Amino acid sequence: MTTTLLTGNHAQSLAVKLARAQVVAAYPITPQTTIVERLAEMVAEGELACEFLEVESEHSALQACISAAAVGARTYTATSSQGLLLMHELLHWASGLRVPIVMGVVNRAVAPPWTIYTDHTDTVSQRDTGWIQYYAESNQEVLDTVLQAYRVAEDPHVRLPAMVGEDAFYLSHTFEPVDVPGQDLVDAFLPALDLPYALDPANPARLGSFMPPDSYMEHRKNVAEGMAAAAAVIDEVEQDFRERFGRDHGGALPLFECDDADAILLTSGTAVSTARAVVRQMRAEGRRVGLAKLRVFRPWPVDALRELAARVPRIAVLDRSFTFGFGGALFQEVRNALYSPTGGPLVRGFVGGLGGRDLTPAVIRSIFDDVLRDGGPEVTWTGLKEGA
Amino acid sequence: MARLTIPEQELMTSGHLGCPGCGATLVMRYALKVLGPKMVLTVPACCWAVMSGAFPRTCVGVPFLDCAFEATGASIAGLRAGLDARGMKDVTVVGFAGDGGTADIGLQALSGALERGVDAIYIMYDNEAYMNTGIQRSGATPWGAWTSTTPVGKTGRMKREEKKDIMGIVLAHNIPYAATASIAFPEDFTKKLEKARSIHGPRFFHVLAPCPPGWKYPPEHTVRLGRMAVDSRVFPLYEVVDGRYRITRKPGRPTPVAEYLRLQGRFSHLDEAQVATIQTRVDERWARLETFETMTAEVVR
Repeated sequence: MTTTLLTGNHAQSLAVKLARAQVVAAYPITPQTTIVERLAEMVAEGELACEFLEVESEHSALQACISAAAVGARTYTATSSQGLLLMHELLHWASGLRVPIVMGVVNRAVAPPWTIYTDHTDTVSQRDTGWIQYYAESNQEVLDTVLQAYRVAEDPHVRLPAMVGEDAFYLSHTFEPVDVPGQDLVDAFLPALDLPYALDPANPARLGSFMPPDSYMEHRKNVAEGMAAAAAVIDEVEQDFRERFGRDHGGALPLFECDDADAILLTSGTAVSTARAVVRQMRAEGRRVGLAKLRVFRPWPVDALRELAARVPRIAVLDRSFTFGFGGALFQEVRNALYSPTGGPLVRGFVGGLGGRDLTPAVIRSIFDDVLRDGGPEVTWTGLKEGA
Repeated sequence: MARLTIPEQELMTSGHLGCPGCGATLVMRYALKVLGPKMVLTVPACCWAVMSGAFPRTCVGVPFLDCAFEATGASIAGLRAGLDARGMKDVTVVGFAGDGGTADIGLQALSGALERGVDAIYIMYDNEAYMNTGIQRSGATPWGAWTSTTPVGKTGRMKREEKKDIMGIVLAHNIPYAATASIAFPEDFTKKLEKARSIHGPRFFHVLAPCPPGWKYPPEHTVRLGRMAVDSRVFPLYEVVDGRYRITRKPGRPTPVAEYLRLQGRFSHLDEAQVATIQTRVDERWARLETFETMTAEVVR
């Protein structure tokens, strides 16, 4: 184990190397580009033995990964924003074909208008495509989560693709000290991919066949079961990771100061770091607030969320994305999981930090203040300019 | 007795779901005879995504990966990379797509694969329209044809644009091998496949596949129409090896184009002048092809 200063993007590249990805498909988009640039350098320097495809679009990047995975190769690609949106059809292909691709997504707001700054609308809007979704808070977590994502995606009970999100610039281009595990440790944690249905001329078979109504539904149910199984596998993999590497990131929904909280905030990505500092300050002032970090959005951690909800009376959900439903997507899903005709905690939605707008301690504090008061609106856009 | 030049092996079984007289089924059958069994096939949305059979049945006896409509070029790239990464370098990768999936929606991915020199064979079977969805115009539909999106009606509307020159587009990528072929000339087709198999890099086939419901003719005329397309010079057979053109069949006394058109309901609305226009264009294209052959004869790479 060595400690190195790394950007989030280079943490991602290094994890891909440590994971011994066999096929990498690369296409540039800001702020993702430095991930694949670094991988290209590793290939050029002879540090990474992989098939490196400089494809002509994100769409082709993902199809290339799907096809390479269909013959049993461990694959990686990375993108952001518009690139992820261009991949939309292929996202469904990957999960439907049960190919365990891992993709880095540097979360960037979507155009128009053009922007390159952080928000999660790109990945959140792909929540229905059958991909496991992780959101990282630090560069250490980026590196560790890529390794974990391969283990989870390739698990025989799961066999679904996974995306690992990191916030544009806050992580992608910011240096942090990262403990880099040795290759032998990673090899022991992450054995070579074994995909029993990989296409092979020795045993001709078909992947993706036309399905009539007598079998399509069962196929979809199988995919759904793979996603459901991922919940437990994510925890198992986290535990194994902790035993081997001496650290972990708390599973799908790590909690901070929630036990006796009057109100908690649930959010994801780098906003969690700011929120944790605010919780510490407010606790020091004697106010009982807590924090739930949504590290995994797919599979949706419904059980952990229900356990939490049984203990806290008020939940503020901060969406760093907006998808044109009633409130943000996380807010909708929290409410959906917690709805009960006989009550339950108060759940209020906050939308903030879009397009790189800072989620400052003052904004986070205002959300806590707001949710602790009675009678506020169900959905609030927070951190808007005066008069907007 | 003539020597048997078409391989005997059959990797396509009976029981395909194509229409009676489907030309595209013969394209697959001959391709598999030469390229199988050590191959992986990838097929986007097209007639062949359906004709092969519905889960769990298939009439194709080689590994078969369905891919997105517009992504065959990327799929062959991924298959090649995946197989190479796993040490299976001796497995041939074959993309097999229709004219819409190649010359229209799949053109970008195809261009990318050709430009990057992907070591794979790409076969475009050309039935000259979106036949799987019910005969809609594609870029490969010839001038003058009726399709369901270029109906003739009272205004005399029809396809008003020339057929896209996919061979020209493909050859602009300077790939080592490209050829046209026809299901009516299987010896020519399989010989070209044999040659392509021995070449490294991107190899492209443009194979004309007559379609009874789409072209509106009785199913028993499929091979006859394939032959007439070649012998009328509407669809010349040639190959381009490292930039050198070679016409592989030169009809001495070409069949009048009118005879080829007359057998097809999709051209039944054309008047004599329009038919004459097509004949002129066919003659011009043939002359150009012969010029290419002469011009490139001395090309050495």
